[in-house]
Amino acid sequence: METKTLQNKQENIGVKMKITGAEAVIRCLLAEGVDVLFGYPGGAIMPVYDELFKFQDKLHHVLTRHEQGAIHAAQGYARVNGKVGVAMATSGPGATNLVTGLADAQIDSTPVVCITGQVARHLLGSDAFQETDIVGISTPVTKWNCQVTMAEDIPAMIAKAFYIARTGRPGPVLVDITKNAQFQEFDFEYKPCTGIRSYKPVPKLNVEKIEAAAALINSAKKPMIVFGQGIILGEAEAELKAFVEKSGIPAAWTILGLSAMDSEHPLNVGMVGMHGNYAPNLLTNECDVLIALGMRFDDRVTGDLSRYAKQAKVVHFEIDPAEIDKNVKTEVAVLGDVKETLAAILPHIEEKTYPDWLKEFETLYQVELKKVIEPELNPEKEGLTMAEVINQINITSEQKAVIVSDVGQHQMFACRYAKFKQSKSNITSGGLGTMGFGLPAAMGAKMGAPDRPVVAIAGDGGYQMTIQELGTIFQTQIPVKIVVLNNEFLGMVRQWQQLFFDKRYASTEMINPDFVKIAEGYHIKAKKISKREELAASVQEMMQHEGAYFLEVMVEKEDNVFPMIPTGASVSECRLS
Amino acid sequence: MENKFYTITIYTENNVGLLNRVSGIFLKRHINIESINASSSEIQDVHKYVIVVHTTEDWVRKIIGQIEKQVEVIRAYYHTDEEIIYQESAIFKIKSDLLFDERQIQNIIKESNSQIVTVSREFFVIAKTGRRHEIEEVHDKLKPYGIMQFVRSGRISVSKETMEISKILQEFQEN
Repeated sequence: METKTLQNKQENIGVKMKITGAEAVIRCLLAEGVDVLFGYPGGAIMPVYDELFKFQDKLHHVLTRHEQGAIHAAQGYARVNGKVGVAMATSGPGATNLVTGLADAQIDSTPVVCITGQVARHLLGSDAFQETDIVGISTPVTKWNCQVTMAEDIPAMIAKAFYIARTGRPGPVLVDITKNAQFQEFDFEYKPCTGIRSYKPVPKLNVEKIEAAAALINSAKKPMIVFGQGIILGEAEAELKAFVEKSGIPAAWTILGLSAMDSEHPLNVGMVGMHGNYAPNLLTNECDVLIALGMRFDDRVTGDLSRYAKQAKVVHFEIDPAEIDKNVKTEVAVLGDVKETLAAILPHIEEKTYPDWLKEFETLYQVELKKVIEPELNPEKEGLTMAEVINQINITSEQKAVIVSDVGQHQMFACRYAKFKQSKSNITSGGLGTMGFGLPAAMGAKMGAPDRPVVAIAGDGGYQMTIQELGTIFQTQIPVKIVVLNNEFLGMVRQWQQLFFDKRYASTEMINPDFVKIAEGYHIKAKKISKREELAASVQEMMQHEGAYFLEVMVEKEDNVFPMIPTGASVSECRLS
Repeated sequence: MENKFYTITIYTENNVGLLNRVSGIFLKRHINIESINASSSEIQDVHKYVIVVHTTEDWVRKIIGQIEKQVEVIRAYYHTDEEIIYQESAIFKIKSDLLFDERQIQNIIKESNSQIVTVSREFFVIAKTGRRHEIEEVHDKLKPYGIMQFVRSGRISVSKETMEISKILQEFQEN
């Protein structure tokens, strides 16, 4: 595959030839090293699809069942292997169906390039059939977007799109191409983009800030690290490990930072945030220096900002200057690529250990273990818990699986209980909380990491938001494992209704179809279980099965996720029940 | 932190859709734009937006960060009224009879340094350029006599300190 891509690159770069705009789109994608894209055809993008037909031996187009599925798949692909994911759609409804995925990729900094067809130039603004102002609509949810109305602009715009999507803080980019531009012939030449004068993707490393940060870190008595997805996006896992081990500082993670550090590393103290671990949440308000690495202090992480880490001096390592002081006031801001800044600070960091401080983490962990974790993993109740299913997947897959979760209670259980040895293994919709993300993202992840087992974990609610992608899994033969944790409720909303709305379960109970039959309708091997005795063998069967597999697990109907920091509460008020 | 008028100056590439992207940042934070002006700048091919908002310094700083992060924005600055030299323009359309019947109107024009742009049988037009409150003053004085039409431009301003934008652009070029 690799050599083929290289060949394609050579074929395209620096060679002039007269081709159509549509063919240029394909040649640009090949030149950018794209080997798979996800999409859905339609009127305004048909010339490009016609070229896809001709290039099908070089470029694998996966026909999804909905454009939202296409962009989530592109996101899953990008998140698992770090390359730019590509989605394609037609104008109008095809383009608007991408919007949720764009917003998701924007808030979770996922490099995605979307190519949409548009009505011909002379029809723009005339309310033509399937015309929509997708550039206008997608502006707030893209890192950059543009409309191309002449074929000769296609190569430069696509080159720019890929460059912007993957550099600096990554994000989604949309290129809207009018149909006339797709038909038009021109002299094609592809030059990759190497810079844009108004765009500085990575701030320059400032040695003074590195020294100031090191001095603060070295002087700390109770320091704590919180790392986020910046570590994964910046591929700074080794630098993080070296920094943590040399400094001896306990490290917690945000939901999107999960898998950047070995789950069983002795200095890994768990997740922060609304359903994070007890110790790092409580001790956020006890530490004297808080070192934030590639994270953005989301409100689900901080709880009430006015009572968040007020006693601590904050050191913020960040690539995006707009994140500095956005939510939490910083003592020292270290701007730059976290891979470079962590490497630069390491020589200045004193080798230390904090036995007493670590003991505080351990003590609180024991409290959580006894009150929450043990009862979840070894429940006395009859029904299965979501946590024990996740745990069984850990055991069976030997912590090697890529876990792609949807949104809701099962997502929190997945992130709390899944264990990882390898980075880029946890894929979930963090910032946007997009129900329906899981199944298509898992398809994309499997295509992006064909050698790794990929397990989609969804609830019965979110699963049905993009369930049509079973069609894609069947047609494309994507061997992804699908686990639905079925509690016959929109569990997270139900939990809030129970806790904060006096158990008024408004529109959260689900009457579900026969999910096994649906999967079997798509010729996907399927099984439903509800007993503890069946769990281990069923997960084993699923993981060993060669193709796609659907496993429905009936779980306790009214379980809650704990610990929990209720909205508006402080991290210190983390509840265990 | 108290609300104040801040003048935001943004140097940008001259591209379709960028104004929409920038104004969206204000929309997202529910901040009303008091006045906006887009024009060419002192540098060839570089555009300049001047946007006036009424908000706190903390918010304006966060907004500047989010504006600067846009791919096609070269640099954004914010200033208080004291840190800039600014002008706004206004045009008043008034019935011609009044110019002869009401002596006071001529005094208002003279005292405020307004200019008569045109006089016709039915109406005459006055233009006034100045700071915000100067224009408001003329407006308030003319109002009792009846204003047929009134329009005020967006603010245009230059900063007292240098903005060093040429230097920044040069750095871009060199890198």
